[in-house]
Amino acid sequence: MTSATDDEQGLRLELSGITKIYPAVIANEDVSLAVRRGEIHAVLGENGAGKSTLMKMIYGVTHPDRGGMKWEGQVLKVESPAHARSLGIGMVFQHFSLFETLTVVENVALALPGNPDLAELAAQIIEVSNRYGLPVDPQRLVHALSVGERQRVEIIRCLLQNPKLLIMDEPTSVLTPQAVRKLFDTLRQLAAEGCSILYISHKLDEIQELCHVATVLRDGKVTGHCIPAEETPQSMASLMIGKELPVPEHSVPAEPGDVCLQLNRLSKVSDDPFGTDLQDINIELRGGEILGIAGVSGNGQQELLYALSGEFPVDDANAIVICGHPSGCDMPDRRRRNGMGFVPEERLGRGAVPRMSLTENALLTAHRADMLRHGMIQFERIAAFARKCIADFNVKCGGEEHAANSLSGGNLQKFIMGREILLAPKLLVVAQPTWGVDVGAAAFIRQRLIDLRDEGTAILVISEELEELFEISDRIAVIANGQLSPAKRLADTSIDEIGIWMSGMWEAPATAEAHAHG
Amino acid sequence: MVKLERRPEASQLMSYASPLIAIALMLIGGLLLFTALGKDPIEGFKVFFINPISDSYGISELFLKATPLMLCAIGLAVGFRANVWNIGAEGQLIVGAVAASAVALYFYETESSQFLVLSLMVITGATGGMLWAAIPAFLKTRFDTNEILVSLMLVYVAQLLVSWLVHGPMMDPDGFNFPQSRLFEDSALLPILFEGTRLNLAFGFAVSALLVGYIFMFRSFAGFQMQVAGYAKDAARYAGFSAKRMIWIGMLSGGAMAGLAGMSEVAGPMGQITDHVSNNYGFAAIIVAFVARLNPVGIFFASLLMALLYLGGEQAQQYLALPSSISNVFQGMLLMFLLGSDVLINYRVRWKEAVA
Repeated sequence: MTSATDDEQGLRLELSGITKIYPAVIANEDVSLAVRRGEIHAVLGENGAGKSTLMKMIYGVTHPDRGGMKWEGQVLKVESPAHARSLGIGMVFQHFSLFETLTVVENVALALPGNPDLAELAAQIIEVSNRYGLPVDPQRLVHALSVGERQRVEIIRCLLQNPKLLIMDEPTSVLTPQAVRKLFDTLRQLAAEGCSILYISHKLDEIQELCHVATVLRDGKVTGHCIPAEETPQSMASLMIGKELPVPEHSVPAEPGDVCLQLNRLSKVSDDPFGTDLQDINIELRGGEILGIAGVSGNGQQELLYALSGEFPVDDANAIVICGHPSGCDMPDRRRRNGMGFVPEERLGRGAVPRMSLTENALLTAHRADMLRHGMIQFERIAAFARKCIADFNVKCGGEEHAANSLSGGNLQKFIMGREILLAPKLLVVAQPTWGVDVGAAAFIRQRLIDLRDEGTAILVISEELEELFEISDRIAVIANGQLSPAKRLADTSIDEIGIWMSGMWEAPATAEAHAHG
Repeated sequence: MVKLERRPEASQLMSYASPLIAIALMLIGGLLLFTALGKDPIEGFKVFFINPISDSYGISELFLKATPLMLCAIGLAVGFRANVWNIGAEGQLIVGAVAASAVALYFYETESSQFLVLSLMVITGATGGMLWAAIPAFLKTRFDTNEILVSLMLVYVAQLLVSWLVHGPMMDPDGFNFPQSRLFEDSALLPILFEGTRLNLAFGFAVSALLVGYIFMFRSFAGFQMQVAGYAKDAARYAGFSAKRMIWIGMLSGGAMAGLAGMSEVAGPMGQITDHVSNNYGFAAIIVAFVARLNPVGIFFASLLMALLYLGGEQAQQYLALPSSISNVFQGMLLMFLLGSDVLINYRVRWKEAVA
């Protein structure tokens, strides 16, 4: 794609005819791409379009079967991530590559050549994290960090190395709007200093705001180039998915039904020394409404979800009332019998067993829907349930006998969401419904949540994507430092206000009480 | 520099083939070993693997030896599938044997019916094994102790216990102070299945246990829950499956089957209890379970193979003048080659120049 008139000196990275074939699938076919110095270059595409594979080849994680790469005018082959880093290529992965048993500073040290002094490095981390608005404690163990915090570590780790090319794979999905602003400022500043940035995201408005040029991938091939500033999000989405994007219909909420979830001063000291303690959380959620809970990750969402789902029950039964049953001490199966459904943030390993088939994964929670006789599994019934789930929720897969880990993230999420919805819960708790899911699937999932609400289900959505919450919620509250703000009707608030609340600043508690009981 | 690199996807076929590869490598290793020891490898191979099963009596002995292995391995596999690591089947077998022997000796010269005595022996044998396994299960669920260590340490306690008993309370009063009990009466001995052999009803127990185990693992919801826990602990918690219940099921099934194996030894080929009641069956069964990929059908065949190693070892001792530990060497080679193949299924070896 590079014309001969381009100034060779201006190109930092040039890919030509990159092809990567995996046994089952062609991940990239004849992809060409050129990134100039100081350019913020978007790579757009749905899940499975081959963006991540392409980035991994640039970063030396895998190697192309065909095609060449030029780095600063030199033809070369990136042998390994260490080689890439020595060239000045940094990457923030979508799936984090951190060692959970090590601290933040140790993880950063591992990516650096030689034997850096940890105390000195910790100071550097703090400096960079302050400069770019990415607060993180260098001494914390990574396993105790939330998804959002882990991503900050990844970003900081790259920034510490003063990269010439920074690859960012879906970097903003877990940041507050204010933090996204700050990150964008950082990225623009980096670009102005001459650093090139490859920016992968499905958030079209962000790409439009930030990126100079965009390359669109579909099914592993380049389907177009555009200048985002000259496009609309809709036109870029149709370039990416090849058709128009459905817009969710949000009808006027029906008359609220019975109270399906009530939290009465729910408090819990986190088992994790670096976790967030929940303090006096009050919620009243009725059938037929969606309550969204916004917040920057690591502010008590995990703890709240564990308490709600029953994976880690609390001591006071009356702190959590599910459909009239005091449930604080109940295990998850008891809560499900009382009408609760739950879609967790982690799909593989928690919401589904990676190595098991979709049929078996349906059994995970659907066993109570008359799937057992005398303790024996009714395989035909459960397979039929799985097939219905696949059909109704448009899950793209090889069939119900295929393993959960053979599905893309978005399709697995549709399957898990479908499984929980088909069980007809009175109360559905959903965490990060569309995290890492492509736009098409995300729109579908949101629509199904709205449909479910219209059928009278009470839905609690905890998400770090504000746009999403504003799209589907009837009321919205914010969790910060383990405390919950009052819930506001969507019409009475704005993204800006919620964004400010996300840093923990909302009205005095007196007003909060009034809202909670209002 | 040699480096192990994780394969993107492990071959399903190879994971079933790896036990066979391990067996082949063990045979090759055995041939080399015989050669190194100055024996004719072909002759050694014949003595070790062919002679023991060259007649019908030999085959019956093979099944007899395989019986306690099948029982222990199926019980262990139930727990192993849920990552409940009961390493103490050896001790549970001993305690089961002790409990069953106590019944046999209690009814000595009481003229009770064989059915009554044997039924009670089966029940107490299995219960004895379960009680021994309940100790690590309780400590694990209550205090989160490591069940591997506790169950293993209890093996030595059990060995000392049986040693004390056969030197004391259970010693044959007319036995010239030999550390062994009276010979059981016929009413306390399992009926022989085929005249002229020692193969007894315990083999029927073992096959039934494999069948029940198969149904439990692949058809029952409890078995499904245990498999989920083995694959993904967080998913089991998410689904609300009780982790404690799985620890109990896993430990107790291993204990019950090991105890039954102990009963079938004292009420079978031994006919009394001595301090050599187990032949390391409880440990060998761990190898059996893994070679079998925790699958009941696999356990049937892996037990036969392991039994052949026992018999071959005895033959090698007799005809090749090799020490009895030759059996352990073969068992060890089998496990090592199996683990080695498994590593190579999941990883590939890369020879790399060190990157500066």
